[in-house]
Amino acid sequence: MTERFRAGDRVLTSRADPLHHTRLPRYARGATGTVVELEGRYPLPDDRSRGLPAAPEAVYAVRFSAAELFGAGDHQVTLALWESYLRPFPGRGQANE
Amino acid sequence: MSDHHGGPGHGLAARVRHVEALLEQRGLIDSGELDRALEAYLTRASPANGARLVARAWLDEGFRSRLLADANAALPELGLSMGGGMQEQRLKVVANTEATHNVIVCTLCSCYPIALLGPSPTWYKSESYRSRVVRDPRGVLGEFGFAPGPDVEIVVWDSTAESRYLVLPRRPAGTGELGEAELAALVTRNGLIGVAAV
Repeated sequence: MTERFRAGDRVLTSRADPLHHTRLPRYARGATGTVVELEGRYPLPDDRSRGLPAAPEAVYAVRFSAAELFGAGDHQVTLALWESYLRPFPGRGQANE
Repeated sequence: MSDHHGGPGHGLAARVRHVEALLEQRGLIDSGELDRALEAYLTRASPANGARLVARAWLDEGFRSRLLADANAALPELGLSMGGGMQEQRLKVVANTEATHNVIVCTLCSCYPIALLGPSPTWYKSESYRSRVVRDPRGVLGEFGFAPGPDVEIVVWDSTAESRYLVLPRRPAGTGELGEAELAALVTRNGLIGVAAV
């Protein structure tokens, strides 16, 4: 199984606001960050929580500046995010899924 | 967990009891086995484990490197694990440096390296800590009486997936003469979460 992203890659998080469970917090949606490392492969909670088949999927530590997330602050926030939540940045067209 | 009628925990607790009863009926576990496993796990789970890791890392550069590169592989060197008889979780140890200070949170619930820190403190699970530390870490650290210098960059780690994080504090100045047990005694639970220097 190959990963779509590597350390140092710039990524854009999904802007979707699903009705079901997800592990992409609201405060980190539609934000641009940098991949720190691969954390492992785990089934996507969005699918597991709905009883759908969920094959293991890459999870990355992704770092964001506070200014990007909150419009203020000089710190960084690192989240662990499933590959499904991420698009390459800059990508083709508008990622709003 | 609430057992009040209609409370959110009522249905879940009943389901857990039902599954446990089925496992016992089918001979997959002995009566009381789950309770004993949980008790044994929580008896071993203590911040003293995290403190031992830190003291060893301060004294042994090789161990420090292995701990930061692959914490799960390094834990057995001290007889520790992230499983404790239950499912092993990935551990990521993040080291404070002169330039960077790390802080741990779980904004979505209250994920925490229980095997190495014991049950989490109430404030760690509070909405106040979880919602504010990602937005204003210096403000929250100030409430703990801790003020990293203005040149130090704060990095917050939000445990949104399957990894658990642990902070490796910086070794305090003037501790060159101390042995491993004495160094471990300096390390606090708050230091391992990142809301204190050590």
